[in-house]
Amino acid sequence: MQKTLVIQRYNPEQDHKPHPQHFTVPCDDSTSVLDALLYIQQQLDPTLAFRWSCRMAICGSCGVMVNGIPKLGCKTFLRDYKDDITVEALAHFATEKDLISDMSVFLTHLQAVKPYLINHDTRPQPHQQTPKQLAKYAKFSNCINCGLCYSACPQFGLNPAFLGPAALTLAQRYNLDSRDQGKAQRMPQLNGKNGVWGCTFVGFCSDVCPKQLDPAAAVNQGKVASAADFVIGIFKP
Amino acid sequence: MQVLETDIAIIGGGGAGLRAAIAAAEADPACRITLLSKVYPMRSHTVAAEGGAAAVTLAQDSMQGHFEDTVTGGDWLADQDVVEYFVQHAYEELVNLERWGCPWSRREDGSIQVRRFGGMKTERTWFAADKTGFHILHTLFQTSFKYPNIQRLDEFFVLDLLVHEQQIVGVLAIQLNTGELYQIHAKSVILATGGAGRVFHHNTNGGIVTGDGMALAYRHGVALRDMEFVQYHPTGLPGSGILITEACRGEGGILLNRDGYRYLQDYGLGPQTPLGKPENKCMELGPRDKLSQAFWHEQQQGRTGDCQGHAVVYLDLRHLGERHLQQRLPFICELAKAYVNVDPAKALIPIRPAVHYTMGGILTDAQCQTSIAGLFAVGECASVGLHGANRLGSNSLSELLVFGHVAGKQAASFAKTAKAAARTEVDQYCQQQQQQLQAKLGVKSADSIAAIRHEMTLAMEQGCGIYRDTAGMQQCLATLAHLQQRYQQVFVSDHSKVFNTELIQHYELGFGLDVANAMVSSALARQESRGAHQRIDEGMQQRNDERFLQHSLAQLTEQGAASIRYQPVRITQSKPAVRRYGAEPSQQEQR
Repeated sequence: MQKTLVIQRYNPEQDHKPHPQHFTVPCDDSTSVLDALLYIQQQLDPTLAFRWSCRMAICGSCGVMVNGIPKLGCKTFLRDYKDDITVEALAHFATEKDLISDMSVFLTHLQAVKPYLINHDTRPQPHQQTPKQLAKYAKFSNCINCGLCYSACPQFGLNPAFLGPAALTLAQRYNLDSRDQGKAQRMPQLNGKNGVWGCTFVGFCSDVCPKQLDPAAAVNQGKVASAADFVIGIFKP
Repeated sequence: MQVLETDIAIIGGGGAGLRAAIAAAEADPACRITLLSKVYPMRSHTVAAEGGAAAVTLAQDSMQGHFEDTVTGGDWLADQDVVEYFVQHAYEELVNLERWGCPWSRREDGSIQVRRFGGMKTERTWFAADKTGFHILHTLFQTSFKYPNIQRLDEFFVLDLLVHEQQIVGVLAIQLNTGELYQIHAKSVILATGGAGRVFHHNTNGGIVTGDGMALAYRHGVALRDMEFVQYHPTGLPGSGILITEACRGEGGILLNRDGYRYLQDYGLGPQTPLGKPENKCMELGPRDKLSQAFWHEQQQGRTGDCQGHAVVYLDLRHLGERHLQQRLPFICELAKAYVNVDPAKALIPIRPAVHYTMGGILTDAQCQTSIAGLFAVGECASVGLHGANRLGSNSLSELLVFGHVAGKQAASFAKTAKAAARTEVDQYCQQQQQQLQAKLGVKSADSIAAIRHEMTLAMEQGCGIYRDTAGMQQCLATLAHLQQRYQQVFVSDHSKVFNTELIQHYELGFGLDVANAMVSSALARQESRGAHQRIDEGMQQRNDERFLQHSLAQLTEQGAASIRYQPVRITQSKPAVRRYGAEPSQQEQR
């Protein structure tokens, strides 16, 4: 079997804007978009640039737009597409070259929410945490930082300063952790204009999340926390 | 060319590099730490480790027990003082991770849950479902944000080490998104670049695991130790090699051949344990080397099945039930569904051995120091002496924490006393390297980097696999020499500066060829069978302590070959004996 991939090529040293290039690749039932890109790079055009590593949907490197939808290349299969398949760099990020997006803004947002355990207890023993307490945040700790949710998020598309689904989910992950005491330090970021209230609850982020961790739910739990924070703020002496 | 000054440069942002960075930052808050990684750190291959991290935890366990399992598992080629240090410090490192937020799986009472693992005599493997490496990596990465003295250079690829009179003075790196070269002057350098599994065709490793750090050190005269010991993980998916964790068997999964028979009982691992009642060190919970070797024999006997042209055996998890699988092995369920279209609650997962881990690596002492002053190495790229001839599952995640901590502290203390680099000579050297880079650019030819790499991986699989013989390894060496010649003639056709991935692959292939050569040369010289190194030549099928109870040291010669010498193993308390798994007579008597 063969299929055609239409890849948006872009080399900033030569091109004013991205342009499509067609490649025909052999495939079977197990061929992923990443396999197809590797075939092109190895057999047809070694200058094709894209990121990848684990090829098992855990490192988060290979996010691309496939027919306009953000996908992990390694977990998207050619068998699921009838006609030509268009592959582009992730939307809403600047494109550095071919399928490589500039992820630095994503990293900045992740770091902004203080995504680490804040706890002043220094005893050298592990905390107790029951499976129930773990379950409260466990799902949100599974984010692989692939950035697909940012490409799905219309708000981030309009305003790159919006912290966005993954960073807000990560903040929520630590706020919900029974071992953490840092919520007060994270709330100013979450309450700010680029925090949870920037989300208009389109919910597309949850649709595209390859780990089904429902960032939209995390963000909206964050809104509840933010509202509660506001109300408590009113009544606090 | 840009010039940066720092105190410690860490190459690699996986578990070992990040742990070292945090340790250095804590040891000396005034110290400037620069963490370079060719990918964003959370992409590093630590992310793919699944099963868990070992430390003595339960009341019935002991340091002595973990020590014995590690030394026996390594077929007595581990340095026992290093193993002692390791088992004594593993627990506190896992607690550190807990205190930094790692979502370890828990028992009902809120304490840490531990699971069974291959070759371990009791449950001592901490886990975070079946994404332990992922959670360790993300916890370390996120924790590293707390330290203002850790400066990250993400997507910087190191081309060379800068060494002056046997002392490290920094590294030369290329920034991937600009193509700009950076001289990074540092007083200490820590190599934490991971393994080299990608020199083999069928492997569990990510595309980035190309042996960079090993080759960098090797080219500067540092020995690579025990490189013949390459671990085949018994359960990779056919074709892709995607890892199916040993924790599947720790939870009670069984292995079947094409006839539905639990073949491991025929290979000194039996008798058969009852379904759903796994026993430590028996059957499916034997060590990885033995299990992968058993597969090879089954294949020879024609008792393996076929999955799209690949010989396979089968992992049966059905009896564990959907609920347990979703709780303990959710990622395995996801991977099996996505990549072989199998629901493990209902059907068998086809699996086969795949190259997983390099036991050997850059020779260091117990403090992670190499033979170049100020150059440290840690994690899979290093050989600190822990794993011997075969690593036990769940020892490597603990290793990178325990020794990452050591390396970070040592590098910080070395940086305090080291003198600054001699600028002019370093400058000259970097100019030469820049010219060499330019010389790689050329026209597209019939040959390609991808073609040479492909042939290298096939040659390694063929000549230096689970079982090895003299003729096969000689053939493999000849092929590698030929590929090396072709490599010298092949050019990078992409002349762009921004993300020139072809150029990076050219460097990576060069690194891989050197590492592969060291592996095969070390394997050919070891005329015995031990752990993951098994010979089928006459007279070499047994362990030979008289001649080979020694570490191999591969040194790069001027002609580009590897010269092999040996170094004694440090034995403190455990004298070499027979490795016993399953219920062998002597053990049965003891029961």
